Amino acid sequence: MPISTDTVTAQLKSSFGEAILSAEMLYDFLTVTVTKAEIFNVIKFLKEDPAINCHFLTTCCGMHFPDNKEQFGMVYQLHNMPENFRIRLKTFTADAEPVFPSLTPLWPAANWMEREAFDFFGFRFTGHPDLRRILNMDSLVGSPMRKEFPLEDPFRYDKDDKMFGR
Amino acid sequence: MNSRETEMTTTAIEKLEGYEGPGFLATSLDKAVGMARKNSIWPLPFATSCCGIEFMATMASTYDLGRFGAERLSFSPRQADLLMVMGTIAKKMGPVLRQVYEQMAEPKWVIAVGACASTGGIFDTYSVLQGIDRIIPVDVYVPGCPPRPEQILDGVLKIQELIQNESLRRRDSAEYKEMLASYGMQ
Amino acid sequence: MEKQSTAIQEKEYTILNLGPTHPATHGIFQNVLKMDGELIIEAEPTIGYIHRAFEKLAERRPYYQITPITDRLNYCSSPINNMGWHMTVEKLAGIEIPKRVQYLRVIIMELSRIADHIICNSVIGVDSGAMTGFLYIFQWREFIYEIFEELCGARLTTNIGRIGGLERDFSETAWKKIHYFLKEFPAGLREFDNLLVRNRIFMDRTIKCGPISGEMALAYGFTGPNLRAAGVDYDVRVMNPYSSYEDFDFIIPVGTNGDTYDRFMVRDQEMWESLKIIQQAIDKLDKLEDKTSYHANVPEFYLPPKEEVYNSMEGLIWHFKVVMGETKIPAGEVYHCVEGGNGELGFYLVSDGGRQPYRLHFRRPCFIYYQAYKEMVKGAFLSDAILTMSSMNVIAGELDA
Repeated sequence: MPISTDTVTAQLKSSFGEAILSAEMLYDFLTVTVTKAEIFNVIKFLKEDPAINCHFLTTCCGMHFPDNKEQFGMVYQLHNMPENFRIRLKTFTADAEPVFPSLTPLWPAANWMEREAFDFFGFRFTGHPDLRRILNMDSLVGSPMRKEFPLEDPFRYDKDDKMFGR
Repeated sequence: MNSRETEMTTTAIEKLEGYEGPGFLATSLDKAVGMARKNSIWPLPFATSCCGIEFMATMASTYDLGRFGAERLSFSPRQADLLMVMGTIAKKMGPVLRQVYEQMAEPKWVIAVGACASTGGIFDTYSVLQGIDRIIPVDVYVPGCPPRPEQILDGVLKIQELIQNESLRRRDSAEYKEMLASYGMQ
Repeated sequence: MEKQSTAIQEKEYTILNLGPTHPATHGIFQNVLKMDGELIIEAEPTIGYIHRAFEKLAERRPYYQITPITDRLNYCSSPINNMGWHMTVEKLAGIEIPKRVQYLRVIIMELSRIADHIICNSVIGVDSGAMTGFLYIFQWREFIYEIFEELCGARLTTNIGRIGGLERDFSETAWKKIHYFLKEFPAGLREFDNLLVRNRIFMDRTIKCGPISGEMALAYGFTGPNLRAAGVDYDVRVMNPYSSYEDFDFIIPVGTNGDTYDRFMVRDQEMWESLKIIQQAIDKLDKLEDKTSYHANVPEFYLPPKEEVYNSMEGLIWHFKVVMGETKIPAGEVYHCVEGGNGELGFYLVSDGGRQPYRLHFRRPCFIYYQAYKEMVKGAFLSDAILTMSSMNVIAGELDA
């Protein structure tokens, strides 16, 4: 039976109730926002339920919305290839140093993606086997993808601000 | 088999200046050694990103770098003369590049191929080294993003010119040592 | 008789640094190998040596200035990245692209897929010692560069196309070159195949070298030729067709063991399929009534021609608005994926209605599947590990971004 977004939304709401904060269709993608406490169980349910069977982790990345109260978040995208069904899950938190559950028990592919989120945003992942910086230098202080981190190297001495219009 | 027509042009083979006679040429040692060195460069291709693919095209048959004597690529710095840095150097890679440069034996030359190696290119970010001349001395800069193989060959020809005209005492001179000291090297 | 004392020998392992600069690792990533003689016991990869902060850079650039950044992801097939980005923005803004433009885009993307697979396959040959294939087939990559130069002016980092279509129509010379390519490249590719495909030495080197099963590959997030060599027929062009790929008739080549030979053969067969697709695209273009359009009618995104800019008020105003980023982009989030040279290249774009993206995340296939490398080389010889790495086609630009 082909999966429809309504049946999946209904199943999620009936299994997890209050933890599903919102479910909407954004540009052909079912996007579900979940509380941080239940995100691991929701993803496990989506992966292991034989009808939904979202067996492939497409990507996961961090988000930073400094204007919201819940400013840090993670976005996960799952894919069910035989039925061609994709779903996006989001979870947000207001902590200053967020800690999220790691998806490495479910998919080994999540290993480096979570290290990237740790490197860029400073998120910690409980249950991750090897959480350390992956792309940036180990000596870098700070989390580069946070909105307050500057893009350009602040220690450059040869850029004349007058000429660059700053 | 390419669609462009190939023209056969003959270029004059340059001659060394000197006193010539039947079967002999008297010239200074500098010039003779310079000619020998420039026609047998052993490059070390330090290819990191997109410019590296253009270098692969330069080494391949259409733009053959081997006809200038640089057929034998050396990946070991101990055996190389010319360090060709092609592509973006991130700050994480900087110490590696410096170590490779220090392991090369004199005389050595450095060519910075591409905008990223020369000045950081379009990546004005916290993680990219804004030009390799911040950590090692560079002889020739080849601009472009990526430069065409003809431009890379032009850069190599300029290096050849530098090699031809270099004095044998240059590497022991005070200015050279001063320049190395400014980079923190002996 | 004396009992021989059996001393339990402690094995001493060597630590070998397959360092960032190495002739056989195409691109810079480091592997610290713990070796027992020639066998690899453990491998510890380190990447990030060419991290250029694309995602951060994309937050400071208007939409049309991000195309050169996407070029430098998988730089061996940059037109595919460019087209993927343009399609993402078009999806966000709800722009409809005319059929003719979609077919032209398909031709460009398939040409660049052929170019990418030429590099990967010839480099697998070079790493196993066969330099000849590389030298001969690279001339065809030069010819593809000539076609790209006719279309956009650049060879490698093409920045081809615009949001809303292409920047210019294909010229007469471009069509002549494409027809010449379709006529003569099969002979060149057959020559390359004859050198390697049934070559005893090549087969002995590459069969059973770095295998991975289909389940492991899916668990590690593989996509693209590496996944198809492991037996799973997932191709974004078929599953989520974009740019009219559903109109084309092509097969998805699939391997069995997921070893180096299968990856080589899958890429080889994909080149033949791409040639078929280009031929079908040309036939379909001839049948279309519309023979002139090369961009959609979206003056908010697509620059007006210069004659209008200099001679009419509307042209000037539209030009100003597009360049200064005054066009209205809806706020929202969209994910679009294309089949890149290495697999599913995805763009997750979050827009807040401003002239720059709020957050742009690239789903880079190389980054995700390179994690499996240390599993694939456990217990293999060092020379097999080198071949496995080059057959996975890890492009450093896409790995680190």
